[in-house]
Amino acid sequence: MQKDTTPSIHIMRSQLGRARGLGAAKHGAAHWWAERLTAAALLPLSLYFVLSVLLLKGAGRAAMAAYMGEPWNAVLFLLLIFAMFYHLSMGLQAVIEDYVRKDAKRIAVLMLVKAGIWFLGLAAAVSVLKLAVS
Amino acid sequence: MAEFTLPANSRVGEGKTHKAPAGAKRVKAFKVYRWNPDDGKNPVMDTFEIDLDACGPMVLDAIIKIKNEIDSSLTFRRSCREGICGSCAMNIDGTNTLACLKPISEVQGDVKINPLPHMPVVKDLVPDLSQPYAQLRSIEPWLQAETAPPPDAERLQSKEERAEIDGLWECILCFCCSTSCPSYWWNGDRYLGPAVLLQAYRWIADSRDEATGKRLDALEDPFKLYRCHTIMNCTQTCPKGLNPAKAIGKVKQLMLERQG
Repeated sequence: MQKDTTPSIHIMRSQLGRARGLGAAKHGAAHWWAERLTAAALLPLSLYFVLSVLLLKGAGRAAMAAYMGEPWNAVLFLLLIFAMFYHLSMGLQAVIEDYVRKDAKRIAVLMLVKAGIWFLGLAAAVSVLKLAVS
Repeated sequence: MAEFTLPANSRVGEGKTHKAPAGAKRVKAFKVYRWNPDDGKNPVMDTFEIDLDACGPMVLDAIIKIKNEIDSSLTFRRSCREGICGSCAMNIDGTNTLACLKPISEVQGDVKINPLPHMPVVKDLVPDLSQPYAQLRSIEPWLQAETAPPPDAERLQSKEERAEIDGLWECILCFCCSTSCPSYWWNGDRYLGPAVLLQAYRWIADSRDEATGKRLDALEDPFKLYRCHTIMNCTQTCPKGLNPAKAIGKVKQLMLERQG
């Protein structure tokens, strides 16, 4: 791959000007906290998921529908799906921001990844709802 | 993308070997990074064999000996030789530390010495630290208060208030921590790095300072502060035994606290 060697900094600008850059975006705290909250929520929810899988081992569609028909189970599954995909989205965002330096490329990759996460998350949620209200 | 390989003109080659004097009993090899901006060549690792019986105990003693007796062109910074000026920060045996505080006896095998990682090199072991210095300036590391001090005394602190800045004021700004942080390597132009964030918290935690909210405002940014992923290299490498990761954690805690 051809490396882009154009300097990404304004060489003649003072160091202080560069350090201050565009200033503080005044956000980030909510993102950071949501990462931690979803991580904590995923501990019991994942345990519940594993137990459910063990419980439903070899179950047919009818048994699955009956299981999801219990509001508790449907709600816990929806919570699991929400926490997991939200956490995934924020985690991948942090990784992309770490490693993709060019603004245009970073924003494009972020949009693609988030679109994929929305699609998969909604697909999972709709599947649960379909079982739950069938 | 972040770059994981060195550009062709930065690849490090083999340099010269300076043998120990005949009759030396305790010989240790020092492999030292050499780069001269004037000769247009790639950096190399020179090997200097040192007789430990004729050398002081610290790594700094060895490189001063090299400069005095073997190769006077070896370039490095040093001043106090007792861990308070922060000048001789370099990467020794794979870890950023102060050459003056690092005993040679702690290093198994050859002593590999490199400049602080991921900073532009001025020459040999001298890194260009103007970026972290400017970042330090950008967090305004001085006391800011509108309330006038008592006319006949200094601003007072209780013992408890004073204790809040213990573990912070001791920082000597050697930048061993910032240059050990992968996040700072990849995004050092926007992420402030552990040393500067520890300094920012030093003023946030100071009971005499009245600009706490303004200071937090200036840090709340996905890059300036939140590129810290608690990797903890900073805390592991600090030659003064400080904990920048904890200071950053405290800043993040305060960000949350003020939200309600």
